Amino acid sequence: MAETVQASQQDGHFNESIVNEEILEDMKKNRIDHMKYLPDMEQLEESDVMDQVITAMNAYDYDKYTEADVRRALAHDNRTPEDFKALLSPAALPLLEEIAQAARIETRKHFGNSICMFTPIYIANYCENYCIYCGFNCHNKIRRAQLNADEIEKEMAAIAETGLQEILILTGESKSKSNLEYIGKACEIARKYFKVVGLEVYPMNSDEYAYLHKCGADYVTVFQETYNSDKYETLHLAGHKRIFPYRLNTQERALKGGMRGVGFAALLGLDDFRKDAFATGYHAYLLQRKYPHAEIAFSCPRLRPIINNDRINPKDVHEPQLLQVVCAYRLFMPFASITVSTRECERVRDNLVNIAATKISAGVSTGIGSHVDDIEDKGDDQFEISDGRSVDEVFNALKDHGLQPVMNDYIYL
Amino acid sequence: MITVNGESRTLEKPVTVTEYLEACNYVPVQVVVELNEEIIKRETYDTTVLKDGDVVEILQFMGGGSC
Amino acid sequence: MTTANTNEDKLILGGHEFTSRFILGSGKFSLELVKACIEKAGTQIVTLALRRANEGGLANILDYVPKDVTLLPNTSGARNAQEAVRIARLSRELGCGDFVKIEVIHDSKYLLPDNYETIKATEILAKEGFVVMPYMYPDLNAARDLVNAGAACVMPLGSPIGSNKGICTKEFIQILIDEIDLPIIVDAGIGRPSQACEAMEMGAAAVMANTAIATAGDVRVMAEAFKKAIEAGRSAYLSGMGRTLERGASASSPLTGFLHE
Repeated sequence: MAETVQASQQDGHFNESIVNEEILEDMKKNRIDHMKYLPDMEQLEESDVMDQVITAMNAYDYDKYTEADVRRALAHDNRTPEDFKALLSPAALPLLEEIAQAARIETRKHFGNSICMFTPIYIANYCENYCIYCGFNCHNKIRRAQLNADEIEKEMAAIAETGLQEILILTGESKSKSNLEYIGKACEIARKYFKVVGLEVYPMNSDEYAYLHKCGADYVTVFQETYNSDKYETLHLAGHKRIFPYRLNTQERALKGGMRGVGFAALLGLDDFRKDAFATGYHAYLLQRKYPHAEIAFSCPRLRPIINNDRINPKDVHEPQLLQVVCAYRLFMPFASITVSTRECERVRDNLVNIAATKISAGVSTGIGSHVDDIEDKGDDQFEISDGRSVDEVFNALKDHGLQPVMNDYIYL
Repeated sequence: MITVNGESRTLEKPVTVTEYLEACNYVPVQVVVELNEEIIKRETYDTTVLKDGDVVEILQFMGGGSC
Repeated sequence: MTTANTNEDKLILGGHEFTSRFILGSGKFSLELVKACIEKAGTQIVTLALRRANEGGLANILDYVPKDVTLLPNTSGARNAQEAVRIARLSRELGCGDFVKIEVIHDSKYLLPDNYETIKATEILAKEGFVVMPYMYPDLNAARDLVNAGAACVMPLGSPIGSNKGICTKEFIQILIDEIDLPIIVDAGIGRPSQACEAMEMGAAAVMANTAIATAGDVRVMAEAFKKAIEAGRSAYLSGMGRTLERGASASSPLTGFLHE
């Protein structure tokens, strides 16, 4: 396994800011086969979506695209996977202004000037995974906590008071600490206060998604982090999350379980961001074709500093590259929702919603129990947020930019 | 009395499909025969006997494409 | 620069490969002209209809179709799925292969196909091993149902049968081309070679035509004109031509000025 570490250090996409000495030691230990399903994991035998994504990503040679390819992609009114590849290539970067203009036109065509607002609620931060870049990882020495039903209700009531009507429930990935019934209960409480309920919890089987949908959940977001299975293996050293194919097929299981929407993301900066962004978009594209009713959402997270490692950074994904990825998602899938995270600062977020993003969080804390004063703020944060504005502040900023903040855009049936 | 392609035909005695096709100058390899809405396999033309009341369709390809 | 590979460009239907993308309908021709037209058109697939045979073994169309041409019996005359299935099974009994073009029409004025009955017939026939080529009204949901029912391609109409109006359903056929993984073959309404070329430029896998050729002054010359137009359109498509975006006239102020490295 030490060889794997070296190999990944040599491939040109090794982000040294993530590792410390302890992690380097742990990376040398034996680990389970990350491509083999564990016994309790549902396999979608008949699905070839993962193979298609991985094959296409491996074949993606972004250096072969030219300015002419990018211009041709911009001129198309329905863009193909080949156009998407051109838009993500280095040749597109000098055309970023034109790309942003085209992306803005697409965004306004499909969404008008409305921007959805929501906030995440972290109800637990127990985690059984060892993801070396994440503040919640099971070896990171942070304060762990979990809200009980009463505390969840208090937090949600306080959030609803701000006027928000959409909530995203997060737990950290511990099936034993945050079991299915616990998450289901949180969905039922959320349904009382909010019109749209999203989940960002550990991947599950389709019958479990069916249960949570019945409890009130509308959509499921799972970040694949990276679609390079070799790199994935070196970053996710232990836990259920280590099983690469199970994670990759999460969105399809969620759709089979009846969820109306699914969210996709690669954590930009972990590996070759162009290939990861391509795989993310192509993955969503294939599932939308296979499940035409599915609502598609993208998130575009970059790496952020965490507790006990303030050096972590997104490496070669600077702001222009981030904008390129966001615009490429928009031009490839004009109808998709794109969320911009509080990992980014106010300046970047306000500009991204003016160009291509359609969903923005506000009043965010990634800690546990931090929305009301009488719950002791008892769990540490997942990552450092960069935009700490309240719901009102974000609401007013959107209006100042001529955008229309929308608290929810459909009726739950 | 049998019905062939919508028209009544009188049989003087029971005949096989093969005998009927030959008698009326059809080319057996060019047609498909349906007896009472069941396709008659070519191999059984010799043994399938037409009897009173049968409804027979004898069909062949024509030019067609309409669009 | 992307390089178009035109040498290995094949139309694949039910596992069978074709190099010609021109499907010729054989209706409204005198039999002597059918053979010449097939040659001039370079077509490898010809549609036929099943009709009641005449006593006395008159001239047979099969004698005029070269043996290496794939026969595509259609179910014209069928008014519902059940009748289409019956005609398909009878056609196969004639020993000319497993291809069938499903047409279900119960509208004598516009001759528009019934997608619902077509889907039902497709499902039954695909299970019986037919290579099913359904003629349909270009509706995305119906096309997806046809894919799931086991169709080998989808054949949306450009405009009503025999109208020679061209691709009136252009926007909707484009959606099928963009969204459906099977070959999209534009059928019906193509009146001129330029319209066939347009369909191919859009990304159609093939074009089917009949009336436009059968009613031309010199049908042989017209057959060849269609062949050339279809090949030109296909090459243009493979070249990766751009489609023009209808942009708003005014560019807004710069959007990327906010970026820091």
